[in-house]
Amino acid sequence: MEEKRAAVQMRDITKRFGSTLANDRVWLDIYKGEILALLGENGSGKTTLMNMLSGIYFPDDGKIFINGKEALIRSPRDAFSYGIGMIHQHFKLVDVLTAAENIVLGLKEPGRLDMNKVAQRVQEICDAYGFDVDPNQKIYNMSVSQKQTVEIVKVLYRGADILILDEPTAVLTPQETEKLFAVLRAMRDDGKAIVIITHKMHEVEELSDRVAILRHGQFVGDMETKKTSAQDMTNMMVGRPVTLNIERPEPVNPQPRIEVKNLTVRDAEGTLKLEDVTFTAKSGEILGIAGISGCGQKELLEAIAGLQKTESGSICYVKDDGTREELIGKDPTAIAAMGVSLSFVPEDRLGMGLVGSMDLTDNMMLRSFRKGRSWFTNRKEPKRLAENVVKELEVNTPGVSTPVRRLSGGNVQKVLVGREIAAAPTVLLTAYAVRGLDINSSYTIYDLINKQKKAGVAVVFVGEDLDVLLELCDRILVLCGGKVSGIVDGRSAQKPEVGMMMTRLGGKTNG
Amino acid sequence: MFDLVAFFPRAVMQSIPLLFGSTGETLTEKSGNLNLGIPGIMYVGGICGVIGAFFYEQAGASNGFLAVLIPLVCCLVGSLLMGLLYCFLTVTLRANQNVTGLAMTTFGVGFGNFFGGSLIKLTGAEVPSIALTATSGYFRKTLPFAESTGVFGKLFLSYGFLAYAAIAIALISSYVLKKTRVGLQLRAVGESPATADAAGINITRYKYVATCIGSMIAGLGGLYYVMDYACGVWSNNGFGDRGWLAIALVIFTIWRPNVGILSSMLFGGLYILYLFIPTGTFLAVKELYKMLPYLVTILVLVLTSMRNKRENQPPESLGVPYFREER
Repeated sequence: MEEKRAAVQMRDITKRFGSTLANDRVWLDIYKGEILALLGENGSGKTTLMNMLSGIYFPDDGKIFINGKEALIRSPRDAFSYGIGMIHQHFKLVDVLTAAENIVLGLKEPGRLDMNKVAQRVQEICDAYGFDVDPNQKIYNMSVSQKQTVEIVKVLYRGADILILDEPTAVLTPQETEKLFAVLRAMRDDGKAIVIITHKMHEVEELSDRVAILRHGQFVGDMETKKTSAQDMTNMMVGRPVTLNIERPEPVNPQPRIEVKNLTVRDAEGTLKLEDVTFTAKSGEILGIAGISGCGQKELLEAIAGLQKTESGSICYVKDDGTREELIGKDPTAIAAMGVSLSFVPEDRLGMGLVGSMDLTDNMMLRSFRKGRSWFTNRKEPKRLAENVVKELEVNTPGVSTPVRRLSGGNVQKVLVGREIAAAPTVLLTAYAVRGLDINSSYTIYDLINKQKKAGVAVVFVGEDLDVLLELCDRILVLCGGKVSGIVDGRSAQKPEVGMMMTRLGGKTNG
Repeated sequence: MFDLVAFFPRAVMQSIPLLFGSTGETLTEKSGNLNLGIPGIMYVGGICGVIGAFFYEQAGASNGFLAVLIPLVCCLVGSLLMGLLYCFLTVTLRANQNVTGLAMTTFGVGFGNFFGGSLIKLTGAEVPSIALTATSGYFRKTLPFAESTGVFGKLFLSYGFLAYAAIAIALISSYVLKKTRVGLQLRAVGESPATADAAGINITRYKYVATCIGSMIAGLGGLYYVMDYACGVWSNNGFGDRGWLAIALVIFTIWRPNVGILSSMLFGGLYILYLFIPTGTFLAVKELYKMLPYLVTILVLVLTSMRNKRENQPPESLGVPYFREER
């Protein structure tokens, strides 16, 4: 084996949060000129470990060596001085400042602050790596991918040569991801050490040179990416063999359930969010919705659930006996009572659907508080439901009276999906149900959705991972800029074809 | 006839305490601390100055320099302590900022009235107030050529040194916030402490320093009110609702101290407008005029909310305590 130079060596790193052991005597080596993928289930301590490198947390025990010398990293400032830069999952940028101001934030450069000079240096870095950033643009005017670019430039501006990226592709489109990977490869060839945390196996295989795996806060092992497979890595993460195939049972007797015709929606500012959308969701079938984020997925689901004002068009609910009922103009509670259930997982997970500071039981009650005698609520029923969800979905929680905010992302999502399913819906609307979830939890959620499908529920599944959509859904509706770009069969459609449809109406160049 | 030459200096003198208060509060809010204790801090600043001056006058000394310096230092120390208390409660102990601030206002007013009352007892005067005429004379000393330059002098040169200091401090604050590294980092702390922290900025230090300096500036407003505006006469509760007006002014200026200079004059003008508008015997109209500053603030709030421009919004994490290892 050729000689590699270790940029970072972590030895016996231990970190506790209260009584939970987040990292337990972890050994990790990071080499120059190499991309390391750090894998593990949700809550296995990947982010915690990296936060100790970037100075956010301080290890309770253990040593960190940078370039062979022992290093004490007490604060983010110390981390910069060792050349470590981290790009956090939730961007650390100040919205009302410009890109250049964000980049120079916290730096102690000699002399007066000269924004023109800063902008010039930012431009130089951008030119060197082929980034497209306007130094004087405000962050709130930027797209997610632009924000991420600013984060990377920020790290490079500080002269970092050890780069940590925490789930960088979670919010990017396939095209943007490709661009990011090209940049990372260029930086690797430049001799920088790169660590990437991700849940997407195909990204690990495509990008990384080596993988390191954590399980329950412990280091399980590392190996070269070429010599392993997605199946092996997943087994190591979970600690037992897992099947990695998404089941797709044939739909049984699909009947139209929701008929959307010529639906048009404008937001408060008058921007067209959905235009002339027509489709049918059938019972016993999973209808996938693909599209670049912000293409009207949210508006579509909310319109069906009665939360979004519509401009024109109709949404019909078709009952078993064939009678139809118009949903537009109906109260959200009335729609929910008909069996239309919305489980929307927004970017911050807790935003809609769950109340972070309330416990599991109370969150279950959000659906059932209208029941019960007179003005007293019935607490027994929700408590039983909460206990059920915890047991069946293997939610990792100290008990049902723990505030939901304290659970890790995956567990929060299980609680939300579990509650929505428990309402025995006839239509299940889910958006980004597996966002940020590790592979194992994701598969639990897919299983749950499949169970609903088999029970004759019409499932509308908004997803961001094309591979999953193609494996799970019976039909896929592709949105592009609020219009229907096409509806394809999930079994025969090809990824490039759907990808094209996401970026261009109809998927082909017109004329 | 509306007498502008008489009106303008009165409006300016009325505006200076507001300007001090709003500049101080703006700096504080830029660090993410919503200090509703400002009225109390200004009150404490005032009474501390009075205490210092009182004992200096009692001692019978009459060095002009010391007569200014002693109240000034007392005022700064008093308001600094209030600022430190606020920081300790909200930053170190992470107490609720609104509750802490309101409690400090109640405390500050009580503190002022208690010591004010004690001093009045000490003098044994008939009227419920203390007159510090000698000290006030030094504070009110105007530029030498204010008299000789006629209308110009009356409009622009007829104020005590604290008035010019207020304007200078507002301009300096504006410059620091906009143009310097420290200002940029302070704004980042108020907008998004987690970001600032990850960028290696010491959040606690910035919050403490900004809030304490803000408190000291606001305290000067109380001192100016007693020594200059009220001619050195302290009477309990004389300060009125100027502290709240200063906080309203922060919103009015959309967090820009330089805008505060002219807006505080507008507020000051509106505050005393009723004295200059002939209303006859119908006193209720006067009360309506007194509402004007608040009405204007509401109007500005409506307008800025409607335009919804990001730069005109309050610092994003205003009022939210920060803890690095929060999960």
